[in-house]
Amino acid sequence: MAERYWNEQIETMPRDEMIKLQSERLVKQIKHVWDNVPYYRKKMEEKGVSPDDIHGIEDLHKLPFLSKTDLRDGYPYGLLAVPLSDCVRIQSTSGTTGKRVVAFYTQNDVDMWEDCVARAITAAGGTKDDVVQVAYGYGLFTGGSGLHGGSHKVGCLTLPMSSGNTERQIQFMIDLGSTILCCTPSYAAYIGETLAEMGYTPDDIKLKAGIFGAEPWTEEMRQQIEKSLGIKAFDIYGLTETSGPGVAFECCEQKGMHINEDNFIAEIIDPETGEPLPDGTKGELVFTSITKEAFPLIRYRTRDICVLSREKCSCGRTLVKMSKPMGRSDDMLIIKGVNVFPSQIETVLIKDFKAAPNYQIIVDRIGTTDTFEIKVELSDDMFSDTIKDVVTLEKKLSADIQQILGIKAKITLVEPKSIPRSEGKAVRVIDKRRLV
Amino acid sequence: MTVKQLSVFVENRPGRLSAVTEALAGAGINIRAVSIADTKDFGIMRIIVNDTDKAIAALKESGFLASAANVIAVIADDKPGSMASIMKILYNDNISVEYMYAAFINRDKGMACLILRVDNNDAAVTALTEAGVKLISEKEISEI
Repeated sequence: MAERYWNEQIETMPRDEMIKLQSERLVKQIKHVWDNVPYYRKKMEEKGVSPDDIHGIEDLHKLPFLSKTDLRDGYPYGLLAVPLSDCVRIQSTSGTTGKRVVAFYTQNDVDMWEDCVARAITAAGGTKDDVVQVAYGYGLFTGGSGLHGGSHKVGCLTLPMSSGNTERQIQFMIDLGSTILCCTPSYAAYIGETLAEMGYTPDDIKLKAGIFGAEPWTEEMRQQIEKSLGIKAFDIYGLTETSGPGVAFECCEQKGMHINEDNFIAEIIDPETGEPLPDGTKGELVFTSITKEAFPLIRYRTRDICVLSREKCSCGRTLVKMSKPMGRSDDMLIIKGVNVFPSQIETVLIKDFKAAPNYQIIVDRIGTTDTFEIKVELSDDMFSDTIKDVVTLEKKLSADIQQILGIKAKITLVEPKSIPRSEGKAVRVIDKRRLV
Repeated sequence: MTVKQLSVFVENRPGRLSAVTEALAGAGINIRAVSIADTKDFGIMRIIVNDTDKAIAALKESGFLASAANVIAVIADDKPGSMASIMKILYNDNISVEYMYAAFINRDKGMACLILRVDNNDAAVTALTEAGVKLISEKEISEI
């Protein structure tokens, strides 16, 4: 079967034409932020660079980086590049305290985003004859609305299920003949397990493909999901800061994700020095959005570690491919699809106990589900002779953590000094998931 | 008149009780009463010893979390109904018992010793003393 593209011209564009297109758009974008975002202008002036210095993508390295700290400093309107009245949408990151990012979209931004997702759906074999079940969470999270919009654009019959209520998901899947499932990989795995538990086999459903993202997953997990649901499973990448899912997507080759380079210029840098690294080298992924109007990010450091590859892809696309993220250059953990910073847990401990006791985060994966445990060393003023008092404290901690992070952690109170120290410092995170 | 009770936080894993009792043994501490309240992940061991301060120091030295609380040690006749009468005295004054356990103290034949943790020590001591119930003092405990 011939490969289908959503936008064949762009997706198979020769490299030199793509560079020309990116260069034109970059020059225009830099002028746009210089004129409309004082925050950018100041950053550029500090680095001694002006729009006159930017003639094409070869000048990209002259521009200052943007980090999550900049987004936090600019919250909420500091990086907005158009009048608020020109914006039609807001999305936000998963709500990590103090690090929340609010992204703005004009109608053109939404159209561009949906176009990117439409390419991903088409690459996964989707057409207007498909029934797309969106089981990502809806709301401020970009997963639900991103895939929803892309599915509409392709013309698929779209089921806005949101996540949860798994038996109902399966019932709809059977009754309405869903052919493409979109959700987090761990939820897809869970749906697969539930399907079997309910006494069904993949033959009872019409699913042929799945588009899964928002959290790290392995090849083993892909095979397991493909087997349990009888589908081909495709990876999708994106972040709220740049628009949402669809910045990059997998094709039939299922080996790396094509980046939508006409909208996002990708670079790999050395996370320590900030120096750009050649294709094929492992480093931190940096994006410049060259078509976004409302919330354009220039050289945004994603903190995701990966490799870019320009090897010819059998699908015919010429878009550069990124590997699955192999880790982070900061201490962020992704647990059950939610971004977790150890500092957030520290904030809760300080709030509940005045001083932060020693703690340790233990993340593991049982089957396909992440487990999340926080061990907390009990101190004198947290201890009492009655079980009631200690259990009350444990419950309060558990509730506060859930409120801050949006996911539940198992709290385990442990004896003083029982958390292993390394050179005097407690080891804060133990991630046993082996995702890379 | 109350006595001091030691509470020790003990994780639910093999060897922890051995470590607690080793620490006490090493300091020459004699245990007069003991009970453990357990949950899924941890327990609280409550003990009454001949020298509370020395015991706390020894436990902290071994890395344990230990604290002291005041409890009441009651002497009761070892016969049907004597515990019921003690509970009745407390109930009449609306005093709530958080937990209780028996001690290894048999000074006189035919007598038993109960350790009570109540929500109001002063009220309980007054009520029990007025009703003629015999309480043991900290000094008596250390001298046994």
